[in-house]
Amino acid sequence: MNLAIRDIRYHRGRFILTSIGLGLLLGVVMSMGGIYRGLFADALAVIDSTRADIWVVQQNTNGPFAESSRIPEDIKYRIKAVPGVAEASPLSFQTIQIDRSGKPFRFFLIGYDLNGFGGPPEIVAGRGVRQKHYEMVAAKAMKMAIGEKIRLGLHDYTVVGITGKVVSSGGDPAAYVTLADAQDIQFKKDNSAIRNDRERIGENLGAIQALAPAQTKYLKQNIAGITESTHTVNTVVARLAPGANLQEVQERISRWNHFRPISVEEQTKILTKGMIEKARMQLGLFRAILLVISAVIIALIIYTSTLDKIKVIATLKLIGSQNRVIVGMILQQSLLMGVIAYGIGYLLILMTYEKFPRRIVLDAFDLQALFVIVVAICIISSFVGIRKALKVEPAEALGG
Amino acid sequence: MYAIEIEKLTKVYGKGETAVTAIADATFQIKPGELVAILGPSGSGKTTLLTAIGLINEPTHGKVVIDGATVADGGWLPGIDLKRLRREKLGFIFQAHNLIPFLTALENVMIALEINHLSRSEAKSRATELLGALNLGHRLNNFPSALSGGEAQRVAIARALANKPKVILADEPTAALDTENGKNVMILLKKLALENHSAILVVTHDHRMVEGFDRIFHVDDGRITGEKNNSGGSVNHELG
Repeated sequence: MNLAIRDIRYHRGRFILTSIGLGLLLGVVMSMGGIYRGLFADALAVIDSTRADIWVVQQNTNGPFAESSRIPEDIKYRIKAVPGVAEASPLSFQTIQIDRSGKPFRFFLIGYDLNGFGGPPEIVAGRGVRQKHYEMVAAKAMKMAIGEKIRLGLHDYTVVGITGKVVSSGGDPAAYVTLADAQDIQFKKDNSAIRNDRERIGENLGAIQALAPAQTKYLKQNIAGITESTHTVNTVVARLAPGANLQEVQERISRWNHFRPISVEEQTKILTKGMIEKARMQLGLFRAILLVISAVIIALIIYTSTLDKIKVIATLKLIGSQNRVIVGMILQQSLLMGVIAYGIGYLLILMTYEKFPRRIVLDAFDLQALFVIVVAICIISSFVGIRKALKVEPAEALGG
Repeated sequence: MYAIEIEKLTKVYGKGETAVTAIADATFQIKPGELVAILGPSGSGKTTLLTAIGLINEPTHGKVVIDGATVADGGWLPGIDLKRLRREKLGFIFQAHNLIPFLTALENVMIALEINHLSRSEAKSRATELLGALNLGHRLNNFPSALSGGEAQRVAIARALANKPKVILADEPTAALDTENGKNVMILLKKLALENHSAILVVTHDHRMVEGFDRIFHVDDGRITGEKNNSGGSVNHELG
């Protein structure tokens, strides 16, 4: 006769409520694990979808994600000419927060060259960007409909397609526009600012008596051209030709002034070790604390449940029950509680993980490892109850 | 052969100046089929005597023999399996019936049989038969909380009898019952003692029930001070 099952059957309400409570706690532990994995997936989403071998950024920076990086767009031609480079494409990144329907709307805008690479990895609805201006592909998480317009900078942009789950390292969903549009949004000044700048340059140049009017006009046009130029990018990404040596290509670009070629491995390290390491450690610590809390709760539940059964245990001992019957009852209850709570936690997270604001990645290994940990916690926690039960004297069954 | 034999049984709690003698030099024998009471006030040592005979409380001195087997002689004999002996030779009935609250009446009896290595089907059949014999056939699937005091005590008796023990030890079995239910329990115990050829030793201070016993030992301050035989005789013990 299985005493553990019989006891649970009799006290089913209490057992179910306890298991649900514990299940919620384990659900939180699972979600922490999912967030932890999600941080990695988010951090690497753009890198993975770009599928570049080298990221050329501003010298002495860890750009373009961990640090600001600005390089001229036309460096792409020089990079393309490096032996071993198959293709190179400029990219621009910026985080944008606007008001949409009265609420803050935050996303990560990626500008890419329509003739290069680094654009949306897939189109799940609609089509990709075809026109040079004012079209946008939005990530599914932005919850924008095809045909919807959004004002960015000086212009309205129309959503023409939806891409999958691409996010920034901060977890903001990504949107793609052409590089020219992205540069306009990021660098182009509005008309009054341009007029002001031109006036200021004109006045400054006019104050130089030595300049002839024709020289002044020439200089004014040139300076305005430079200050109003938007042909700046955050990075130029390159793919190597088959058989090309990554180190050799990196060394060659490193010899140029003002640029730093970062391999994809280095970029991954910058993002995971630098940007999300603290968050990762915090989540890991939080998970460990939650597991300790779970262990304490299970131990407490099993201990109080054993205290409730002191008379039953004494009676069982008095009628000659073997210790294994009593130990089995406590251990099986503890394990059943842990396994049922794990199941509840798993169901809960399975039903809700897509609704979390940040990506939750449920990794099979993590879930299996947690199951093993829960079973181990149940076994260890039940020792407290078992120890108490083994100390119960049969004589305690006597008396009123 | 006696079902229970004790000789100069003594139990001392503590040591030195704080030592308390709970029972001193108790000697008696009980035959199979006999229903015997140990009567005495609270704190007189009745329960200590019962627990020593019930292989729960190790005697300090003296001898305990159950169904012809010596189990204690100045302490438990080395290598003796007390749990097995309790399972096979002894049955216990308690003041508050001590039924396991999360088992039905049937399962409460079955557990005693399954602990003694009977198969589930054998245990179920024997438990059903026993409960039927005690007029509890209609209460098999009821939990103890749904049984009356008298019914619960009869289930406890069925559990005590389940393994056909040679000795049944009862600790205040009628204390929690009204007079009528208490008398019914005593009639039942007497009937079972005769039918099963088991010795039944009852510890009680319930004077309402003394008529039903074959013999009564009076205990006071840890000593057996008298023995009354309901078939007539009375003996004064001068022990210790």
